[in-house]
Amino acid sequence: METTKTLFDFMTYTKGVTYLLAVLFMVGFTFFWLFLVDRDKK
Amino acid sequence: MTESPTQSKSLLTPFNLVAGLILAVGAYVAFLRFSSGLAGIGAVGDSAQSQPWGMLISFNLMCGVPLSAGGFVMGTAVYIFGMKQYRLVVRPAVLVGMIGYFFAVVALLMDVGRPWRLPYPMVVQYGVTSVLFLVAWHVALYLSTQFVEFSPAVFEWLNWKRWRKVAVAVAVGAVIFGVILSTLHQSALGALFLITPTKVHPLWYSPFIGLFFFVSAIAAGICMVILESALAHRYFREKVEMTTEHLDQITIGLGKAASIALAVYFAIKVIGIAHGNTWHYLASPIGHWFLLELLGFSLLPCVLFAAGVRERRPRLIRWAAGLTVLGIILNRLNVSIITFNLNLPAEQRFQFHWKEVWLSLAVVMAAVLTYRWAVNRMPVHHKHPLYKTVH
Repeated sequence: METTKTLFDFMTYTKGVTYLLAVLFMVGFTFFWLFLVDRDKK
Repeated sequence: MTESPTQSKSLLTPFNLVAGLILAVGAYVAFLRFSSGLAGIGAVGDSAQSQPWGMLISFNLMCGVPLSAGGFVMGTAVYIFGMKQYRLVVRPAVLVGMIGYFFAVVALLMDVGRPWRLPYPMVVQYGVTSVLFLVAWHVALYLSTQFVEFSPAVFEWLNWKRWRKVAVAVAVGAVIFGVILSTLHQSALGALFLITPTKVHPLWYSPFIGLFFFVSAIAAGICMVILESALAHRYFREKVEMTTEHLDQITIGLGKAASIALAVYFAIKVIGIAHGNTWHYLASPIGHWFLLELLGFSLLPCVLFAAGVRERRPRLIRWAAGLTVLGIILNRLNVSIITFNLNLPAEQRFQFHWKEVWLSLAVVMAAVLTYRWAVNRMPVHHKHPLYKTVH
């Protein structure tokens, strides 16, 4: 964050972190869903 | 009209006495509020230019509307996604939703005053550039839609067969219309804060605040259905047709939905922090308060719901639902009162005034009594004997 000097830098940085988090959460949801429905299948 | 055995019971119960006291003092405060002329809500509360919304808006309306979302959530599940196993909780959910919205409007009138101006956004001065235009239209339309959705129960109670037939015929259309309206105005309540980026604390403010309000309203609606069905099963046992086993099955199913809604809510809230790059605020005292709300009242219930669903423990799911409801109330109060204009000196910030808190409590009590009155008389938790096969 200390290296961001322009709005473009800021947007690039925050968008990058946002997209990474979104991907992480989507992968996490897959496991969360499997955890939730695991007993239903058995 | 079906006579109820509960009508012959004594009215002098401890609950009724407390309710009567709250309503009597509330009526006196309401009289003060409406008889104070231009002083208006300032006569009973602490609203000011720096803090325009007090308890009646921040608690009764901002919390009341998401907690009334059960009607549209269950309507979507049963009539649009075809989850017929939840059919028995649709009518109670719609009743809670209708009463919640109605008393949110009552609280709004108490706060704003001049009730004769209520139709202004519809017929006199639209104000289309304000989000309030959308909120006014949607709440008015949705409240009317909920009356239509619930009207079959009223007509069954009154034994108006022809009107019931008409109401049932339009009910599904009304549900779909209601889902569209709810989706928009739940998020619009959040969107109201888009014009206050310098007043709402950065940890709560986000361009996605409308989405936060909408997703959290889905979780709140589901949790209210879980709590309402459990409480009705306990306190209106003779009126509830559902068996304990069926209730537990429904609770587990709803718990699964609530855990998913809360997981999504948690994810988008974290993404909101990343988008605004407000991580550094988390290390401050207000950041700890934010973390308490986010971790203690959305992630923790999410985990409790998941554990309750997996271990088939409806009691745990009900506790998680209670925690979520508290979390939604905390979130709405944080956005509109607690962290609003946090940078102002303490004396300029909102102070809770007993009269306004009491008025707010009286509106909630009136809602509870209306719910009890309806459940004791109308076929809400049970099928009407004449319509057993077509409910």
